[in-house]
Amino acid sequence: MKRTRAASTGKGYPLSHARKTIQKIIFSLLRVAAAINGVALLVLVFFLVKNGWCAINWTFLTQAPTDSMTQGGILPCIVGTLCLSLGAIAIALPIGVASAIYLHEYARPGRLVRVIRLGINNLAGVPSVVFGLFGLAFFVTWLHFGVSILAGALTLGALSLPVIIGASEEALRTVPQTYREASLALGATKWQTIYKVVLPAALPGILTGAILGLSRAAGETAPIMFTAAVFYTPQLPTSVFDEIMALPYHIYVLATAGTEIEATRHLQYGTALVLIILVLGMNLIAIIYRSRLRRRMHL
Amino acid sequence: MAHLLYLLERRSSLYLKKSELIIKVGMLKDRQQRERYIKKLFFGVALVSITILFLIVFFLFIEGVPIFKVVSIKDFLFGRYWYPTSDPPDFGIFPLIVASIAVTAFSSTLAIPLGVMTAIYLAEVASHRLRELVKPIVELLAALPSVVIGFFGMVIVAPFLQNVFGIATGLNLFNASLMLAFMSIPTICSLSEDAIYSVSQEIKEASLALGATHWQTIYRVIIPASLSGITTAIILGMSRAIGETMVVLMVAGGATLIPTSIFDPVRPLPASIAAEMAEAPFRSDHYYALFATGIVLFLFTLAFNMIADHVAHKYKQVGTATL
Repeated sequence: MKRTRAASTGKGYPLSHARKTIQKIIFSLLRVAAAINGVALLVLVFFLVKNGWCAINWTFLTQAPTDSMTQGGILPCIVGTLCLSLGAIAIALPIGVASAIYLHEYARPGRLVRVIRLGINNLAGVPSVVFGLFGLAFFVTWLHFGVSILAGALTLGALSLPVIIGASEEALRTVPQTYREASLALGATKWQTIYKVVLPAALPGILTGAILGLSRAAGETAPIMFTAAVFYTPQLPTSVFDEIMALPYHIYVLATAGTEIEATRHLQYGTALVLIILVLGMNLIAIIYRSRLRRRMHL
Repeated sequence: MAHLLYLLERRSSLYLKKSELIIKVGMLKDRQQRERYIKKLFFGVALVSITILFLIVFFLFIEGVPIFKVVSIKDFLFGRYWYPTSDPPDFGIFPLIVASIAVTAFSSTLAIPLGVMTAIYLAEVASHRLRELVKPIVELLAALPSVVIGFFGMVIVAPFLQNVFGIATGLNLFNASLMLAFMSIPTICSLSEDAIYSVSQEIKEASLALGATHWQTIYRVIIPASLSGITTAIILGMSRAIGETMVVLMVAGGATLIPTSIFDPVRPLPASIAAEMAEAPFRSDHYYALFATGIVLFLFTLAFNMIADHVAHKYKQVGTATL
């Protein structure tokens, strides 16, 4: 009797000791792997903040570039990036939410839904530069939008569509089934239920998805290279058919194609810092908001 | 008398109800009709994504196929020289394909172990509080704009590599792989974490009850059970690496040569498209060739995504019976 108990607790067996040691070693390895991710993010943010902080001041944020882009600020780029990403979301959000509603609320599992999902997954996997080619061939050339905010926003909208569909579907999934049943039992139709009950309950989650889509659109470079962005325009945009400057493209141009690559290093760091503050800030807001929501859902 | 009056009243009220009922039935029919239209509308919108996908394919082929009047498909894919602007031009994208595959392979050897290990750590080992802290970090890593990572690789990592290894240029295959690993780790990590986290509690408990240690349970039970999810994550991570543009455009070096060492500068497919599109004259051979390069790139990622989808569906763990 005593012996079996000893065996079950594993005491006195060298094999078990070895197993525990192996486990300890492997768990430390796993810990190191996880730490590398954190360290990588910290190192990147550290270098950008250290070198970019001194470049950022009021003039930098509110002036246009001067002296063939070796001095001055990045106001046109900030405005351009805001126009493009907000435009992209304005296009992608209604379509994305409606697609998610169809997939989650209306569709019955079957071949058709499978094909639609496959399409969305593959759209999510299309390389960003291919989106750029598509935008160039379809919006810029075929629809005669030219290199413009409209063409860029449409391209970025297509790119962020899968992100928004995914997030909205997740948001719809968190709405308890009982809400729908209660509404239907009161005599509401399916659409009334969706519109008055499900959507309001899912709205915070959908907004989180919208913020994530916005940040994705703001950070992309390759899709706008051929469709919206230019090296330099002196004016701020006045219509959707204007070409514009954008933060990510500005970094790329200054870092690789400028006439004075070394002399504008501080501008490059400054622009990169503004971009990641914008993008990571939006993501952080979304993440915090979402974790609060999840906590509320669990309570 | 009173009784009769009461009955009459009741009857008239019944009639009223009946007429109301008729209106109600009409309304119901209206409502049903409307519901049907709304459903159709949503279905139409749901088809937008797939329509965009078709448009992408359509326009890539429209603008890319004319190059095959100039070079054969075989010469295009396996030609070893890419000199689109010389006279006569050479349109062979073999060095670009090799570069893309090399960059993806090297970045995967870094990203797969790191991503999967982090995922296991987060899902199984980390305490709840640590998990709440590390998961957002991984998500922020995923959200970093690629141009910023490319910039970082250019101005920080490249000089560093140049000094440490004493090489001619820090912008090379190795640097690009490193930066790409940066980009694909979050994809691999968060998708595998989902897969590992969703393994049912019962089979973990069963394994622990049989006397297995926590690590043995992870290694023998949890990983096999979530293998399809992990595989999907890895393939999608690789697909992200092969399609990533800005990083390889800025840090890969840009030489259209077949690399012989890990420190050679290379020019993967997306970099070639992004770098040359601006200077290629509209609807010239060069322009067509770049779209055709886009087709090749698209087919690569399409294949990756199809495999991922296939794995995710075919080898999906349902219950414990298939373990």
